Order: sequence, then structure tokens, then C-alpha cells
Amino acid sequence: MDNMVSQLQGIPLQHYLIFCSTIFAIGVIGVLTRRNVIIIMMSIELMLNAVNLLLAAFSAHHADPAGQVFVFFIMALAAAEVAVGLAIVIMVYRNTKSLDIDSLTKLRF
Amino acid sequence: MSFFYLVAFLSVIFSLMTIFTKNPVHSVLYLVITFFTFTVHYIMLNAQFLAVVNFIVYMGAIMVLFLFVLMLLNLNKDTEPMKSPLVKVMGTIAGMCLLATFLGAFRALEHNDILITPHENIGLVENLGKVLFGEFLLPFELSSILLLTAMVGAVLLAKHEKGVKKQHG
Repeated sequence: MDNMVSQLQGIPLQHYLIFCSTIFAIGVIGVLTRRNVIIIMMSIELMLNAVNLLLAAFSAHHADPAGQVFVFFIMALAAAEVAVGLAIVIMVYRNTKSLDIDSLTKLRF
Repeated sequence: MSFFYLVAFLSVIFSLMTIFTKNPVHSVLYLVITFFTFTVHYIMLNAQFLAVVNFIVYMGAIMVLFLFVLMLLNLNKDTEPMKSPLVKVMGTIAGMCLLATFLGAFRALEHNDILITPHENIGLVENLGKVLFGEFLLPFELSSILLLTAMVGAVLLAKHEKGVKKQHG
């Protein structure tokens, strides 16, 4: 592991910024182009993970553990979101027999 | 140093496969591989606690939950709803615009060569625990309430209702 950590010497913070924003943009494209509710939720997970990695990178750079604690909280939040979201998806599928996000327009009054 | 670029490349490839593959089950599996590459990133950042938590919580719990729901609903390629090509093109263009905005903003940043140096063992469980149970004790307790609320909500939502049962047998 020390060998892997020493690999990190010499990677600019800017490259982490570019990499994480690329992953975030891929998540946004997934939300915009897919119709399956579950895949849209997975794209949201992708976006959350991009932000997590960037927080960890800044935390390592500034030698401040607070950033990694934030990542921990985001993970707890993502777990709660997935549990409630998948329960809602199961209910919607049971009632409409489809996972199309457009069927959720019925939720309007 | 080049190892980072290799893993970053793999992350981007697998996340692209996640959103562009047609079969939802393959999509989940590609997302699991993407999260594995993120775990490797955490190890390289010397954030060992986060690497373990990412491995257990994301790959072990959340992705298995996704896969379980996909199998439960018996989804495959045939039931996949498709958007019109126009919406796909527009969505891709919008995402690329967002990325271009980000990159332009980063270019405007001051361009000094900030190198990440993983000094001190801040990512170890011991140090993170001290911060978590000292400075962040109240948010930690509140997150336990959040998880409890989510658990109760999920059980109440997914419970079989009698009216629905009559309609669909």
C-alpha cells in the first residue's frame, strides 16, 4: 500500500478536478437521456461518488480529516435515498407495470 | 503517477458503459466496476477508512439492493423503455455543455502546480473516529435518525396494500 500511496506524489489537484467533473457530467447525461427510473437513480449515485472523490482529494491535499467525514455523511445519505427510492419504484411498478419515468407524471394533481 | 491516469481512464470508460448499455442488469454490473475503481482511488489518496466503507456500503449493500430490485421486477432488455433519439442527442449536448462550463471555470483558476502530497495518516480509522465523535458528534447522531426514518419509510412504502392486491391479483 505504501507503494500505491507513493504513486500519488506529483498528481496536481487540477487533474482530480477535471476527472471528477467528467464523471459528474456523465451522471448528468445519464439522468437526461435514460427513461428507466432505476438507471436514473444509478446516475445520481455516480454524481454523488464524483463529489465524494473530490472531497477526499481536497481532504488529502489540505491534510484536514473534515472532508473525509463529509464523505461518510454523504454515503449515509445515499444509502437512505436508495432505500426510500427503490421502495417508491417498487410501488410505482406494482401500480403501472412499467418503469418509465414518464408514467410518474400521474403524480401531478 | 501514471497509475492514477490508468484508473481514472477505467472509471470514465466504465461509467460511460453504465449509462449507455441497454440491459439494466449489465448497467448495474458496470456501475459496480466503476465503484471498484473509486475504491482504488481512495486507497491512492491514503483514505483507507473511506476505501473500506466504499467497498462495503456501495459495492456490498447499495449495488446489491439495485440488483435485487432489478431481479425482483424481472427486467431485461425487452422491457426497457426507450427515449426518442432527439431527447438523447439533446441530453448529451446539455451534459457536454455542463462539462465545458466546468473545464472553463477550472482554466480560470490560478494555475500553480498544486501537487497532492498524502502526508500524515488522516485517513486512518483512529484519526477519523476522533473527529467524528468529537467535532461532528451531533451530525453523526442525526444521520442515525435519518437512516432509521428511511428504514421505516421504505418498509411502509413497499408493504403490500390490500387495494392494490385486488386489482392485480
